[in-house]
Amino acid sequence: MDDHIERKPAKIRLREIAEKATQDAWEAKLRGEKVGWCASNFPQEITTTLGIPVVFPENHAAGVAAKGGGQRMCEYAESMGYSSDLCSYSRISFAYAALKECPELNIPQPDFLLCCNNICNCMIKWYENLAVELDIPLLLIDIPHLDAFPCDEDRIRYIRAQFDDCIRKLEELTGKKWDEERFKEVMAISQRSSRAWLKAVSYAQYTPSPYSGFDIFNNMAVAVVARGTVEAAEAFEQLAEEYEENVKNGISTFKAEEKYRVLFEGIACWANLSYTFKTLKNLGINVTATVYGPAFSFLYDNLDELMAAYSYVPNCNVFERELELRVNDAIRHKVDGAIFHINRSCKHWSGTLYEMERQLREKAGIPTVVFDGDQADPRVFSEAQYLTRIEALVEIMEENKRKGARK
Amino acid sequence: MNRMEELLRAFRNIADNPKAQLEKYRAEGKKAVGCMLYFCPEELVYAAGMIPFGLWGARTQAVEAKRYLPAFICSVLQTTLELGIRGAYDGLEAVMIPILCDSLKGMDGNWRYSVPHIPAIPVAHAQNRKTEAGVAFTASQYRKVKARLEEIAGRAITDADIRDAVSVYNARRAVMRRFLELCARKPGLLKPSERNAVFKSSCFMDVREHAGMVSELVALMEEAPAGEFKGPKIVTSGIMADHPNLLQILDDLGYAVVDDEVTHESLRFRADVPETEDPIEGMARQVGNIEGCSVLFDPEKNRGKMLVDLAKKSGADGVLLVLTKFCDPEEYDYVPIKRMLDAAGIPAIQVEIDQQTAENAQTLTALETFRGILGY
Repeated sequence: MDDHIERKPAKIRLREIAEKATQDAWEAKLRGEKVGWCASNFPQEITTTLGIPVVFPENHAAGVAAKGGGQRMCEYAESMGYSSDLCSYSRISFAYAALKECPELNIPQPDFLLCCNNICNCMIKWYENLAVELDIPLLLIDIPHLDAFPCDEDRIRYIRAQFDDCIRKLEELTGKKWDEERFKEVMAISQRSSRAWLKAVSYAQYTPSPYSGFDIFNNMAVAVVARGTVEAAEAFEQLAEEYEENVKNGISTFKAEEKYRVLFEGIACWANLSYTFKTLKNLGINVTATVYGPAFSFLYDNLDELMAAYSYVPNCNVFERELELRVNDAIRHKVDGAIFHINRSCKHWSGTLYEMERQLREKAGIPTVVFDGDQADPRVFSEAQYLTRIEALVEIMEENKRKGARK
Repeated sequence: MNRMEELLRAFRNIADNPKAQLEKYRAEGKKAVGCMLYFCPEELVYAAGMIPFGLWGARTQAVEAKRYLPAFICSVLQTTLELGIRGAYDGLEAVMIPILCDSLKGMDGNWRYSVPHIPAIPVAHAQNRKTEAGVAFTASQYRKVKARLEEIAGRAITDADIRDAVSVYNARRAVMRRFLELCARKPGLLKPSERNAVFKSSCFMDVREHAGMVSELVALMEEAPAGEFKGPKIVTSGIMADHPNLLQILDDLGYAVVDDEVTHESLRFRADVPETEDPIEGMARQVGNIEGCSVLFDPEKNRGKMLVDLAKKSGADGVLLVLTKFCDPEEYDYVPIKRMLDAAGIPAIQVEIDQQTAENAQTLTALETFRGILGY
């Protein structure tokens, strides 16, 4: 017990892991090693096994936006000719690649690019442009959108071939050598991290939830990009322990009375994180379900399953499976309602949300609302609209609770 | 009216009346399968004795589709879904839906719930399309499509059927390339709207019928004297350059389209399907050979190089980039491609087109200005 008290809280450890990854990349760059810019859902098993330093433009853009630089960077990209219609993460990235520095957050410039389109094809266009702008190599692992669940053998074979090809090209590019034993170790650690992540997230099924749902947005980055490291596995195991302890003690990192529990659909509005969170908190709404838990768990027992796992991320799966994940999560985590973020940056995610909302409402038997926002460009978000929609949701959730109490 | 005028009017009539075409084929006892943009394996439909029917949206207002798609999804998909919901595609046996852009990735799910009476057939193309693994994957998906088409057609599709279809399609590609060449060689012979109709009608016609009409037109174009053309010559580029108002403006301002890099137009005809022992493998290889399209992986932006070459070879005065509003692959490409054109000293202008828009005053102003820039 004493040992537990002495430890740094898991959220601090997780933040440090993310910061250290960037620091490691800076140091590698200074040593003269090649550093990559990498799509967040690119198979991290490859880069971790090879020991290749990479940083993640999506995380960088989210960080810049959370610190208030989103609009300025987006506007800079627009001055370069990029449409304000485009993904704000990519606009921030283009601006950063041109400016080379940013007061909010800096990452090393890339020597090569690792792209994976399982979350969107926008990634392909974004990285194509970076490759041309910076005149550096681009490697793509193409993970075709699923038309049925589970992932079929043709896709697995195709992904596997690209996996092997990518390793070979990265060996040539960086001079590093692939080590099968190390790969097995990385897979084992990744599984340990994923299981711990799933376990931690699953504690939201308790009432009250032992954690604030918005914590997931911060912790998810490590779950996705650093889960092949022992440090991440240990930090997630600690996170799960802390949540378990909170459940036993009836406490939570959500510092308000948990009157309502909701599913939050979509990426956070990083530039408006404080407002979106506080509005919910002030109304006693805690997020107890997001798709990030189950969808970013990457569980597998063999190589084929590893390939398939990368097609199970949000935006890559067939609609019915995406729906099933949300319905299950909503029911298991006992939500009273759902909030859908129509994210202006994300055409695919937003493109199916209206139907998703209707079907979730019906299948989970909960009220739902949508609001317009953006993952990094604050110009798209309206505080008034958000507040009105959330208040409307509260009214219905309150009415449902009254009816439930009368039964 | 001379024969060329008759032919051009016939192309336009077909292009403007897809429903009549569909009814005509159905009356002949033929089945038709919708092919949503981009690069559906039409040869397989044809090999099954059915008519592939191109779905590229239409000039209409999306109302019902807005229940499924946010306003920032492109008008091509908005209006395609709208027409599906309204019943305009009733009579199609199924609709093939590729996944080549993010908005298309969501179409399959939306279609199944909004137009449940017309089955969706997903079509996945490899983005690493030039590699052996990519070719094998695309071929595997075409085989899945083939199985679905066999169910619809109620008959097996043999390799010989596919070879025949490929041969017919390649022959049509050849005649379309001759047509392209003549448009470049004899600017002003066809107005931009007439040129467009030759391409657009291909979406709603039996390939042999279309090829026959184009062959006749090409022969007449060969014979026609190459008069001196005094207007601005341009190459167009984009997903579509099809809006009637845009075409009217180009006609009225006296532009000639001397070549294009438009997916709805020449990009469907530039690359033949290679003849391979397994004909489906050849079809998959063709996807790797297509250049110039923003939705296909293009790490070196060959599209920009190709556009510069097309402009130079065709003797164009400038390039018109036709942006389909809310098409993010096109919006991404714009910046590097514009830079490549600038570096080559080729004047270029971008106009934004929305199929749902009736007014195009901005386009008119932009194209009047551009004509001036080009010295006309």
